[in-house]
Amino acid sequence: MLSIKDLQVNVGDKPILKGISLEIKPGEVHAIMGPNGSGKSTLSHVLAGKEGYTITGGSIAIEGQDLAEMAPELRAREGLFLAFQYPVEIPGVSNIYLLKAALNAIRKHRGLSEVDALDFLTRVKEKIRLLGMDEKFLYRAVNQGFSGGEKKRNEILQMAVMEPKMCILDETDSGLDIDALQIVAAGVNSLRSENRSFLMITHYQRLLDYITPDVVHVLADGRIVKTGGPELALELEQKGYGWIGQVA
Amino acid sequence: MAITAGSLEKYVEEYPEIQSTLPGQGLAWLEQLRQQSWVQFSTHGFPTIQEEDWRYTNVTPLIKKSFQSAVAKTVATSAPEALASYLIPDCWQVVIVDGHFSKTLSQLEGLPEDITVMALSDALTECPEKVASYLGKAVEKEGHGFIHYNTAWFSEGLFVSIAQNVKMKQPLQLIHIVSQENVATATRNIIIAEAGAEGVVIESYFGNQDQAYLTSSISEVFVAENAHLTLYKLQNEASKALHFSGIYSQQDRQSTFNYLDFSFGALIARNELHTSLGFASSCDLNGLFVAGGRQHIDNHTWIKHQQAHGSSRELFKGILDGRARGVFQGCVEVFEGAQKIDSEMHNHNLLLSDNAEIDTKPQLIIYADDVKCAHGVTVGQLEDASIFYLQSRSVSEEDARDMLTFAFANEMVDKIKVSSFKKYILALLLQKFPQGSIEQEWL
Repeated sequence: MLSIKDLQVNVGDKPILKGISLEIKPGEVHAIMGPNGSGKSTLSHVLAGKEGYTITGGSIAIEGQDLAEMAPELRAREGLFLAFQYPVEIPGVSNIYLLKAALNAIRKHRGLSEVDALDFLTRVKEKIRLLGMDEKFLYRAVNQGFSGGEKKRNEILQMAVMEPKMCILDETDSGLDIDALQIVAAGVNSLRSENRSFLMITHYQRLLDYITPDVVHVLADGRIVKTGGPELALELEQKGYGWIGQVA
Repeated sequence: MAITAGSLEKYVEEYPEIQSTLPGQGLAWLEQLRQQSWVQFSTHGFPTIQEEDWRYTNVTPLIKKSFQSAVAKTVATSAPEALASYLIPDCWQVVIVDGHFSKTLSQLEGLPEDITVMALSDALTECPEKVASYLGKAVEKEGHGFIHYNTAWFSEGLFVSIAQNVKMKQPLQLIHIVSQENVATATRNIIIAEAGAEGVVIESYFGNQDQAYLTSSISEVFVAENAHLTLYKLQNEASKALHFSGIYSQQDRQSTFNYLDFSFGALIARNELHTSLGFASSCDLNGLFVAGGRQHIDNHTWIKHQQAHGSSRELFKGILDGRARGVFQGCVEVFEGAQKIDSEMHNHNLLLSDNAEIDTKPQLIIYADDVKCAHGVTVGQLEDASIFYLQSRSVSEEDARDMLTFAFANEMVDKIKVSSFKKYILALLLQKFPQGSIEQEWL
């Protein structure tokens, strides 16, 4: 699904990612953990196509298609989804409008006709219930005045509606209380399928209590220094990140 | 300056001949008023950038152009081709073409007897005393070249009077069209809401594609005690047009005046909006101006709280692209003894290009000590983070920009209470900021 080979990324002249390789197969859930400043967010931004990063080496591809030269919207239409660590507030654009614009852009890209208004609403309302959100959220401006937890739930709602193939969750657990975390996790788990892959970027092991990964990677100083099963996350939780340096 | 003087002379010299064709012949009070205005205009001409209120707007192009006054009374019998596209559904309609009323194109079917709607020229024949008690009264203390010009030259206008305690059941749309190249039109509208009356008037201004011409329009608005008047204005003139408009309103005690302006067209446009508020009266003044290319749109507003316990709200938003220039000069004045005034004035601007410019000057003049007056101004660009966020949701960069710009404008559209007019404005905005196949969702 997602193939990252020896990816090297600079911000300005400064190397941030120093050769990352990662292979995520359809249906797999991977977690990337690492201390602050290890390059976790850079990785998620580069995958989604945010400006301000220079790829100096290596490649990223989704289902064999090179992502590096693709505009962010094309990546999204090809099935890549980034749940933001800090979702942006968009005053004046309602949630329902953005959801419909997003879905129709994807459908158009795939040569499908526009979604029927009634079908769309039924579908969205189904998903919104799943995330324990009030229908009123649909008619509010995107993320405007939302609490931290509401913003994160809204990201998952967009993910549920857009039905991407490759989901990247960037610090989705940050700023969530335990109830919200469980709801978000349940939402993500309901979206797991054999054709959809996940990459969870997180500082803490907490989220992984609710969404069990198949593979855990440890990122430190722009490199993956350790890869293992879910038990690796627990080890990190107990020992902290201090011992990583010794391993590397 | 030689050119200026020469062209101004042309306007001044042709006047005696034109005067005899203007409406209201034989009314001594009007002849006197016109004469005084002509003398003022002959002496001072159009405003210049040396005047503080006009420092951002240079009207020299108008003087250089020396347009022909639209005086020959040629009543349009056939509709301009585009007329259908100017009509807002579910409204009564009064059509003025090239400065003259067209009865055949107007539509006032079902208008109740207690609402008077007629051409100002007809009102001057049928009820001159009534017109005399209003015409010139709201602009009495104003006075610059455009007002003098308008008073001397006006060839027509809209006369509306809503009788005491009458509520208009649907809005009245004034459709002002200039169909000929190089004409100068001057119209004067009188809008009266008598005590306890309620009504909605939509002034709309259109022209032919890329023709150059002058629209000079002044509306004197009178909102009597406990009356509630809403005035919408749409300025969608042709791309080389010059548009000078002034709305001057007088509000009696406990009245409300709501105003919402949409300025999209013309090469140079000036909107003056002045309102004087009586005891415990309130106003809500709003505007959206959208300009690109080399357009210049100047908004000059002045809220005069003359008596206590009034409130005012004002929000003007500007969207400027290309080399366009926008101006917002907003003044809130609280007179001596006008205590307990609650006023807020805001101006927010979005610059879409590096060459666009906004000059914004909010101003408070306060002579009372127990008042609450706030004002705020912002100037900004679309945020990269917002554009990227939308792109990450499959929206193209271009659509994302349009979506965000549209969203900025949409706050003003949401203030429209007449659904047919709201749809009309939305459609115009979507032409400017198309968003692919999603557009219908807004409508």
